[in-house]
Amino acid sequence: MLTRNRLLAGTAALVALSLVGPAAAQAPIKIGELNSYKVFPAFLEPYKKGIELAVEEVNAAGGVLGRKIEVVSRDDNGNPGDAVRVAEELLSREGAAFLIGTFPSHVGLAVADFAKQRKVLFIAAEPLSDKIVWDQGNAYTFRLRTSTYMQTAMLIPDAVKLKKKRWAIVYPNYEYGQSATAAFKKLLKEKQPDVEFVAEQATPLGKIDAGAVAQALADAKPDAIFSSLFGPDLAKFVREGQTRGLFKGVEVFNLLAGEPEYLDPLKEESPEGWYVTGYPWSELKTPEHTKFLNAYQAKFKDYPRLGSVVGYATVMSAAEAIKKAGSLDQGKLVAAMKGLTLMTPFGMIEYRPIDHQSTMGAYVGQIGVKDGKGYMKNWRFVDGKDALPSDADVQKMRPKN
Amino acid sequence: MTLASILIQLLNGLAAAASLFLVSAGLSLIFGVTRIVNFAHGSLYMLGLYGAYSLIEFFGRTPLGFWGAVVLAALAVGLVGVLIEVLVLRRIYRAPELFQLLATFAVVLVIKDIALFTWGAEDLVGPRAPGLSMAVEIMGRRIPAYDLLLIAIGPVVLALLWLLLTRTRWGALVRAATQDREMVGALGVDQAKLFTSVFFVGSVLAGLGGALQIPREPANLELDLAIIADAFVVTVVGGLGSIGGAFLAAIIIGVAKAFCIGIGTVTWFGFEISFSKLTLVVEFLIMALVLVVRPYGLLGKPQAAQRAAEPAPRLQVPSWTFALVWLALLALVPLVADRYTTILLTDIVCFALFSVSLHFIMGPAGMVSFGHAAYFGIGAYAAGLLMKRFGLPMEAALLLAPLVAGLFAIVYGWFCVRLSGVYLAMLTLAFAQISWSIVFQWDSMTGGSNGVFGVWPSAWLADKTTYYYLALVLCGAGIVFLWRVLFSPFGYALRAGRDSPLRAEAIGIDLRGFQWAAFVLVGALAGLAGAVYAFSKGSISPSSISIAQSTDGLIMVLLGGVETLTGPVVGAAIFTWLRDVVARNTEFWRAVMGGVILLIVLLFPQGLVGGLKALVARWREQRA
Repeated sequence: MLTRNRLLAGTAALVALSLVGPAAAQAPIKIGELNSYKVFPAFLEPYKKGIELAVEEVNAAGGVLGRKIEVVSRDDNGNPGDAVRVAEELLSREGAAFLIGTFPSHVGLAVADFAKQRKVLFIAAEPLSDKIVWDQGNAYTFRLRTSTYMQTAMLIPDAVKLKKKRWAIVYPNYEYGQSATAAFKKLLKEKQPDVEFVAEQATPLGKIDAGAVAQALADAKPDAIFSSLFGPDLAKFVREGQTRGLFKGVEVFNLLAGEPEYLDPLKEESPEGWYVTGYPWSELKTPEHTKFLNAYQAKFKDYPRLGSVVGYATVMSAAEAIKKAGSLDQGKLVAAMKGLTLMTPFGMIEYRPIDHQSTMGAYVGQIGVKDGKGYMKNWRFVDGKDALPSDADVQKMRPKN
Repeated sequence: MTLASILIQLLNGLAAAASLFLVSAGLSLIFGVTRIVNFAHGSLYMLGLYGAYSLIEFFGRTPLGFWGAVVLAALAVGLVGVLIEVLVLRRIYRAPELFQLLATFAVVLVIKDIALFTWGAEDLVGPRAPGLSMAVEIMGRRIPAYDLLLIAIGPVVLALLWLLLTRTRWGALVRAATQDREMVGALGVDQAKLFTSVFFVGSVLAGLGGALQIPREPANLELDLAIIADAFVVTVVGGLGSIGGAFLAAIIIGVAKAFCIGIGTVTWFGFEISFSKLTLVVEFLIMALVLVVRPYGLLGKPQAAQRAAEPAPRLQVPSWTFALVWLALLALVPLVADRYTTILLTDIVCFALFSVSLHFIMGPAGMVSFGHAAYFGIGAYAAGLLMKRFGLPMEAALLLAPLVAGLFAIVYGWFCVRLSGVYLAMLTLAFAQISWSIVFQWDSMTGGSNGVFGVWPSAWLADKTTYYYLALVLCGAGIVFLWRVLFSPFGYALRAGRDSPLRAEAIGIDLRGFQWAAFVLVGALAGLAGAVYAFSKGSISPSSISIAQSTDGLIMVLLGGVETLTGPVVGAAIFTWLRDVVARNTEFWRAVMGGVILLIVLLFPQGLVGGLKALVARWREQRA
């Protein structure tokens, strides 16, 4: 019979067992991952799948340093305060070797600063903020994703080629939109000094008044529009703009709008001819992408989004860094990350020693519509290293130590 | 702006106002009759959009399919509202004021995860309205035909509601209950039925407001919180319980936003002013302005004096031994627990002071604050900026920060104490949002949307355990101080003012002065909590001053129990700990969190500490 004493004894035994745990030698290397899963699920669900795929592949190939890897994920709630807390939890309670992840700029920057204070390696996966490697850059933080500046710079050649004089700008009113706008104005003005910026609309993130914005832009009679909207804001802007005839005879450039996360919901209303950065997953024929695509589709019965590539490449970077360092010592890991090269679905990338930015590129092209779906046409791949400012400029922006 | 663009922006504003009006009218009805601050109203709006999307896909994109889907979605959302009322809210109508807010907050969490589970994470762009997909040319500009329809729908719904409220027996009951619900109950009206029916109508309006947006707005998971603040603003600006007021307020806010966008960037006297950036906060500016001039909104009437059903129970001050034992236990934790426990406890200690300061103002002082994060955030920013921008030593910044928060409380409080009830609460929210938007925009000073980084404590405090002791001492002292104040003559005067303002003034208490002083006091201590929090994190972002932070404070106070002193501390501990544990292990942690809160709400309608106290009292009675 199960008496209370027996129950207690059993529980005690279980607790004791769990404390001893498996032998430490075979324990996997834990990598701490944190992200705003519930705030940006459209991007981060595929991202998480990318992580799972990468972990599986690394472990199938024998792991690193003779051990398997394990990614321990936490939700940071999109709040820097929470992010710093779960980062601490990952390090001190889970015993994570170092940190990866984050999505919004303010969370990424807070965790970067935390990593610097805690002297722990942090590979920022998605935050686009230029500050993370430049103005606020630090010795312990590296960033995978093609930054706001880089993606904006990639669109500049097409913008210059069109020789449009009157530009209108619309952007979500926070760090990403602000720096995209600043970079675009600066870069275009350098190449085309007679350019005029005739209207500028800063819209609250997720709450654009699309009709009024479209009307205000149309009133300025622009020849071209530069937008950094994404998500629901983009969908609303596209619909209102099309109904109101805003885009007739006007060229539109939109950062990120070619990413499946934001392009696919638009379906048959995808705006034909817009210049965008994105990810034409179905048309890439490089062996590294085909391998990734096949493995992803086999595992998840779904096509990858850009988030999937980011999650996958982040874990691959982490694994390669451990391999190169040959140890989990933070100093050695950081040294290994500097100049680390590895293969990703987008080709070879390098984490630049000068500013810790990876040279991961992006695809630039135009939106087309086929069978009621948006896709990227006339696309080309731009290597990240060709979209960065000169070393002298980088050194000027980045703090010395 | 030319004449034509002024006219077009006016139409844009009116079209945007239509849905806002429907949602707000529902909120206003529900609040008027049940006095429930229904956080879940935005979730009902979101369900309206998702429901309409799915039904249109099911029926097909024909005019009948479209309009059938819109109506059906609205009715279905009405049923969801009825479910919420019958299953949850009906059980807690007798709980202390505002407790129902906690339940509706839990419902928000649950509905959000249900929507994520059912419809997935990707935005769902709905079809255009069949037959109305084109644009109409007005003065050389094209405006969507559907927008014109929306502009017409607003007044039609207003007229229907007016007929319903003035020409039917149900309407008469609703108006009577809005004025004096005890009296309506005393006259033999079945309140349960009345409340359920009001919830149905209110929810249908929210659902309809959402469903009608389907050609203009993709269904997505952020809609609930995006609309709820605006809906409250409209309700309050119009005057609580006034449908006509809600209509007027929706139009004012819709049109004001459209004009901010239409005006764009202008240069005045060499200064560039971007009106489009004002859209971040314009509704709160309008609300602050309206409330300062008209304390009951545009068309609202002074609320009838509420008969307190039962006087609030006596406050028991925790004994010194009790406090010291707890302090000693907390001081011992770092010796036995791991590093992370200490860090989590530091968070809890900061939030405990934040929540106790909020409790002081909303419980004993009787002034509910929906914008308490203003002082928490200002304290945090003051600490960070004094150190980073003005070069003060960290210790000085930490000690000066509460004074800065107090200074802001002097200004904000002066306006707020002139109001009462929900109007007061919404004015505090307006000030919090105005502060938030300034912090969010002032890049050169506050770091804008990113915030301030590198706000780490001095070397002798850098160790997490040492810092925990500092937090424990500072926040503990703050909490004890606030509790002591409640039992000083000042505290008694505040409580007298809450229980009977007229009598308090008759015996010569300068109530407004006392309330103002209370505002400043709690502002400063919330600022202290914020400053301690900032240095424990190393960075500060606008989230620390956001609506979410204010809501967290309310949840902590209500979870613990607003009628006890220790409740807010327990609430802060449980809420912070729960979030840490639940978010770690589950994919749908929001639904789990909401479920746990709902369970607590239903089991302990007095809050955790209040409920436990009642249990102990009953047990003692049985033994006696």
